[in-house]
Amino acid sequence: MTTLSHPQSVPLSATDPPVLLQAEALHKSFVLHNQGGVRLPVLAGVSLSVRAGECVALVGESGSGKSTLMRSLYGNYRIDRGSIWVRHQDTWVDLPQLLPHELMAVRQHTLGYVSQFLRVIPRVPALEVAAEPLLERGVEPEEAADRIRALFLRLNLPERLWALSPTTFSGGEKQRVNIARAFAVPYPMMLLDEPTSALDATNRAVVMALIEERKAQGCAMVGIFHDEEVRDRVCTRQLTTIAP
Amino acid sequence: MTVYSAHLKNWYNPDLTIPPYPLNLAMSPNSAMTMTLQPLLQVDSLTKTYGDLVACDRISLNLYPAQVLGIIGESGSGKSTLLRAIAGQVPLDHGHLTYRDRAGQWLDLRTLPEPQRRRLMRTEWGFVQQNPRDGLRMGVTAGANIGERLLDVGDRHYGHIRTEAAQWLSQVEIPTQRMDDLPSTFSGGMQQRLQLARILVTRPQLVLMDEPTGGLDVSVQAKLLDLIRSLVRTLRLSVVLVTHDIGVVRLLAHQLLVMQQGQVVESGLTDQVLDDPQHPYTQQLVSATLVP
Repeated sequence: MTTLSHPQSVPLSATDPPVLLQAEALHKSFVLHNQGGVRLPVLAGVSLSVRAGECVALVGESGSGKSTLMRSLYGNYRIDRGSIWVRHQDTWVDLPQLLPHELMAVRQHTLGYVSQFLRVIPRVPALEVAAEPLLERGVEPEEAADRIRALFLRLNLPERLWALSPTTFSGGEKQRVNIARAFAVPYPMMLLDEPTSALDATNRAVVMALIEERKAQGCAMVGIFHDEEVRDRVCTRQLTTIAP
Repeated sequence: MTVYSAHLKNWYNPDLTIPPYPLNLAMSPNSAMTMTLQPLLQVDSLTKTYGDLVACDRISLNLYPAQVLGIIGESGSGKSTLLRAIAGQVPLDHGHLTYRDRAGQWLDLRTLPEPQRRRLMRTEWGFVQQNPRDGLRMGVTAGANIGERLLDVGDRHYGHIRTEAAQWLSQVEIPTQRMDDLPSTFSGGMQQRLQLARILVTRPQLVLMDEPTGGLDVSVQAKLLDLIRSLVRTLRLSVVLVTHDIGVVRLLAHQLLVMQQGQVVESGLTDQVLDDPQHPYTQQLVSATLVP
């Protein structure tokens, strides 16, 4: 059974920034009904709290539950037990208890996610793919496009690609579309699933700078970073997952 | 504790009141959530039987404005019966159907007088058939297909109807010079888009779709999916989408119901259901899908 170590309990002081996300005693296992009903426990009592301006790195061997924890924090995986309190607008919400449309609202306004994968309708241009979360929040199309263009420029995504569908892009190009998509929105919390895995040194540096800027603005972040250099630079502390 | 939250008020965002740490104290679960989004359509315990066969077994769902609800399942799972029952095309045995109209009134669709119900179907609702031949009038021009719903609601101004028809043709990416052509001269993808234009002309709130991409080539499917997706956002459409294609719901649906033998066996946000399927049937369905 996998267990995760509790984050180093930092003593509270009057100057600590506020907690924005607090996961308590998460349990998650997978039951494979079509493979003899095998039950795979992955998370057993994991807790984590993240303050504004922090970036917590999830580290541990592959298969130790990092991704499962990340996906659970986004409400993508449904946990068996535990609670995930998220500061949403002017209230606290417990993600596992939300109705689907409520979780959608939390994702739209509060909780951003940079995924390793980019799932898109084949013919939609990269610019529109990246602008979609902004449009869904009601940002005017022109303003949304401006914000994305600025990020694409910063991420050195060649301009000739902007009007093309990302389906044919390289891994690094797709990753930059994903990063622009998430960083265009001023989420107070972000989950980063290997945001630099396919990037060269130049663009890795750009992404590190983006993360640093967000932290300075008080964004609470949780990330998986295989690149130690990136992790050491942007993360304020680590949560270690222990292999079974 | 009071002191702690008092100082936190001024940090980061002065409007926030941070509850005392630890958090699990006074938080009543989500009760204070400021999301007062009201559903557009409520289906409660909808049941439909054919003799001994229970086609829909106590199905409940809520559909919210500008959201797409996907219903997935194999043939015979009851998904199409559910869609037709919502549309009033098959009578219910039990259950409730309520709809919030444009004026904000809740209507009980089971007791709504027939003339009013029919009017609703032609104005605030639309139905997209899998086979465009069932949703279009094949004997009249594309423009007349679009104009029909305007005539239904009393528009008698020919020039206005033509202008509207042209506008909706271009919205669904059909060249306006095809307005006077018969739908039979259109490709399958164009016919499907014409069905959309025909419905959208009365600016519906709710569109029911039965396998809208069913008979189309993959490349044509992509164009239709993209169109539906952008229409949902720009026109704030709510959609109930029945399909057996996981790829279609993955790209289009916000929420998903999985049906098997007349019952909803799993539901949730689309990514939850497809990435972390819990029910044996959903697991089988997802693992049987080829992901390119």
